[in-house]
Amino acid sequence: MKKRTLIYEKSSPGRKGYTLPACRMSEDEILGSIPAEFHRETDAKLPEVTEGEAMRHFVALSVKNHHIDKGFYPLGSCTMKYNPKLNDVAAAMPGFASHHPMAPCSTAPGSLLLMWELSALLAEISGLPSVSLQPVAGAQGEFAGLLVMRAYHLKRGEKRDRIIIPDSAHGTNPASVTSIGFTSVQIESNEHGVVAPEAVAAVIDENVAGMMLTNPNTLGIFETHVKEIAEIVHARGGLMYMDGANLNANMGIFRPGDVGFDIMHFNLHKTFSTPHGGGGPGGGALGVTAELDRFQPLPVLEKDGDGKLFFNYDRPDSIGRLHSFYGNFANMVRAHAYIRTLGGEGLRRASEIAVLNANYLKTLIREDYEVPYDGPCMHEFVASGSRQKKLGVRTLDISKRLLDFGVHSPTNYFPLIVPEALMIEPTETESKETLDDFAEIMKQIAREARENPELVTSAPHTTPVRRLDEVTAARTLDVCYKGDE
Amino acid sequence: MPYVPNSNDDRRAMLSRIGVSRIDDLLSDIPTPLRLNRPLDITATSELELLARMGELAESNSTGLACFAGGGVYDHFIPAAVAAVVNRPEFVTAYTPYQPEVSQGTLQVIYEFQSHICRLTGMDVANASMYDGASAMAEAAVMACKVTRRNRVLVSETVNPLYRQVLQTYLSGRDTQLVAVPMAAGVTDEQSLSEMVDDQTACVIAAQPNFFGRLEDIEGTAKKVHAVGGKLVMVVDPIVQAILKTPAACGADIVVGEGQPLGIPVSFGGPLLGFFAARKQLIRSLPGRVVARTRDIEGRDGFVLTLQTREQHIRREKATSNICTNEALCATTAAVYMTLLGRTGLKQVALLSAEKAQETARRLCELDGFAPYFEGPFVREFAVKTPLPAGEIILNLVKQNILPGIDAGRWFPGLEDCLIVATTEKRTPHDIECLVEAMKKLAQSHAMSRM
Repeated sequence: MKKRTLIYEKSSPGRKGYTLPACRMSEDEILGSIPAEFHRETDAKLPEVTEGEAMRHFVALSVKNHHIDKGFYPLGSCTMKYNPKLNDVAAAMPGFASHHPMAPCSTAPGSLLLMWELSALLAEISGLPSVSLQPVAGAQGEFAGLLVMRAYHLKRGEKRDRIIIPDSAHGTNPASVTSIGFTSVQIESNEHGVVAPEAVAAVIDENVAGMMLTNPNTLGIFETHVKEIAEIVHARGGLMYMDGANLNANMGIFRPGDVGFDIMHFNLHKTFSTPHGGGGPGGGALGVTAELDRFQPLPVLEKDGDGKLFFNYDRPDSIGRLHSFYGNFANMVRAHAYIRTLGGEGLRRASEIAVLNANYLKTLIREDYEVPYDGPCMHEFVASGSRQKKLGVRTLDISKRLLDFGVHSPTNYFPLIVPEALMIEPTETESKETLDDFAEIMKQIAREARENPELVTSAPHTTPVRRLDEVTAARTLDVCYKGDE
Repeated sequence: MPYVPNSNDDRRAMLSRIGVSRIDDLLSDIPTPLRLNRPLDITATSELELLARMGELAESNSTGLACFAGGGVYDHFIPAAVAAVVNRPEFVTAYTPYQPEVSQGTLQVIYEFQSHICRLTGMDVANASMYDGASAMAEAAVMACKVTRRNRVLVSETVNPLYRQVLQTYLSGRDTQLVAVPMAAGVTDEQSLSEMVDDQTACVIAAQPNFFGRLEDIEGTAKKVHAVGGKLVMVVDPIVQAILKTPAACGADIVVGEGQPLGIPVSFGGPLLGFFAARKQLIRSLPGRVVARTRDIEGRDGFVLTLQTREQHIRREKATSNICTNEALCATTAAVYMTLLGRTGLKQVALLSAEKAQETARRLCELDGFAPYFEGPFVREFAVKTPLPAGEIILNLVKQNILPGIDAGRWFPGLEDCLIVATTEKRTPHDIECLVEAMKKLAQSHAMSRM
């Protein structure tokens, strides 16, 4: 039997997966008004399949994915919580989904009101009064937040260009710093896994524009000294940025704006349950203090004298536009629906149970795995495969073996400060039984590492494909199908 | 408590296993003065009530406008099978394919998406997506600066002004000089361009068709920028690309654009889909994720994220871009759409859109006071000179359920009488008739009022 993997290998000339009205004129007549030098040389060789064949192709592919609706997905720092379906129904309502962004504001009062309300909800959750919904991902929120920082200093006549970042930070933090032409100054976390005020004091000077801190940090530990750190940074004229990737631990418990943060981004696709979509689209709203509001990206949603909402483009201090339009609107609908479904009490409960689930799982896993920073954790914790590594089983192997049991692996080899890291974030939407089962699986893998390491190092065994040759992939760079040329 | 399965009994058992008595004990690292000492002021609501409220908000928008607006986002027909695939939780509720063994669905679809984009543009390589056409264009400029080690970016005034604004933001912190190339008669002024390109020019950015729907002499632009060792960044419309000369044949080095027309709802402008393609020599400088085909240890075909050492999670401050989360589900949507429409369907959509544009343009320009704003060919979008300000026409016609186009004067001072009109296969003869009639009446009453 001939192997047909790709849609191109299933294509046959003349098959159609669509019906469309006929043109009134012939192709030659339509193209006749366009000079020949602009015409396409040959048709784009896209597949030719029927709708039924396409459905089979994509359904067969889809079932090769692990996903939240199928099983546990404890990918640390990604907050893979359940994505409520009502949110998708709301986002798909024709009044929202069919409205063209170039239509005048007056035709979209419902969409504007929804955005206005969501900004207010996020302001209430964060304690930062000004929220722009325009950034479409966490990294774009970081980029925008850093530009706000830059604009703030320039407005005061200061050319600062250094940003303090702890060694536990997400990779996007230093990458975002570079993308605005600044330099990062990395500082080490202390033996408790947090940033000590002294470490900040040692590097702070008048060239420091600000500091980026994730709280709780990527070890899942609350940065206890955040208030003192903010005081040190503020005293030298710097600003505090919070990476909101881990906001799922904080809702209703502490608010970044109350403890000294001036700027933060939210990840609507983490904390507020908008689906991750295989890698996106996300939502990276940006919250800032009242003082920094003037720098928010264009346009800014405002209310006029009559209480009517409009987009204000006349904001001379703004950092400018980040997105073609207003951001990922459909995800704003979803996040709004989620926040209103839970309410203030429900959000706090969600954060508390996220913390409870993480601590419970840590207690179970600690029996077989190293947990380097073993105090109470927040919504996630970092275990290490260092004990197993001595037996010749690496964290990569443990991760692969987990896949055989129908669960996704934790984030591995991150944060960089923990060797053989396994970063585990269960989220609040998992039951005690799921956590118990996962701990059982982890225990079994620890036993296998001792008794039958080859079983682990050769995993996975039951997945649609087994370990893939990434070295060859990077050498041959087959990123575009050429088999039929 | 919605979505949280653990009961009070479960919680008690868990706390006891941890060895604490209350959840609060787990929060002991948070100093009391830092804690919020009141409940969040947000009322909870039921699914039933919430959907009713959302319905009210959605319906308070003017729904069902006959849409003649474009500007990068187009109101195309979306076959039912697109949603049937893309709404599957297997695609919706997965994340970035960090574990390829359990992510072959997403990975292969993205590989196919990259292949479709390469075929459409004629380029060698494409990435897994950017946020939107605007950020894709901005990242292309950044990439061109890096690979040429130059810092001058020339962008034609005829490129979508919203994209140019984003470009300006993206370059604002970098040591880069951004220069606008003026336009003449609605296309890039080739004379000015010749004078402006120099040995510090990293790239020239031009669009085909441009913001006014006009066709540019891209090949001429390519020659000019290549003569000084710079790159050509070309912004294209993926639908129109089915009938226009490929960017590869035009001499483009980097091709970007907005993928929304490929099966993604207009959704008030988001989420969108940036696509990004390039010559193969540039692959190691691409921003964002790239999927490659390889083999597993049993020799089966499989797909992985490749060249990850370009990316922020490995390379940190030296990454080619800070992008992490992208628009994967939108890329999936576009892949499904391009598969269903295929070789002949995408072309048919382009031809239908072009045919309707030609008819709409002809009918409008027959009216008193209306004329083509610029002479010359167009495909599915065109600029019309209007007898009263385009902004007024728009505000008036939306009351009659017609969104007649875009007011160029918003971004081009002096072009307040320029309406940019776009068509898709969805615009019926009735829509066109209504547009023409409404314009006619409006222009007549305007003329009367001035007598």
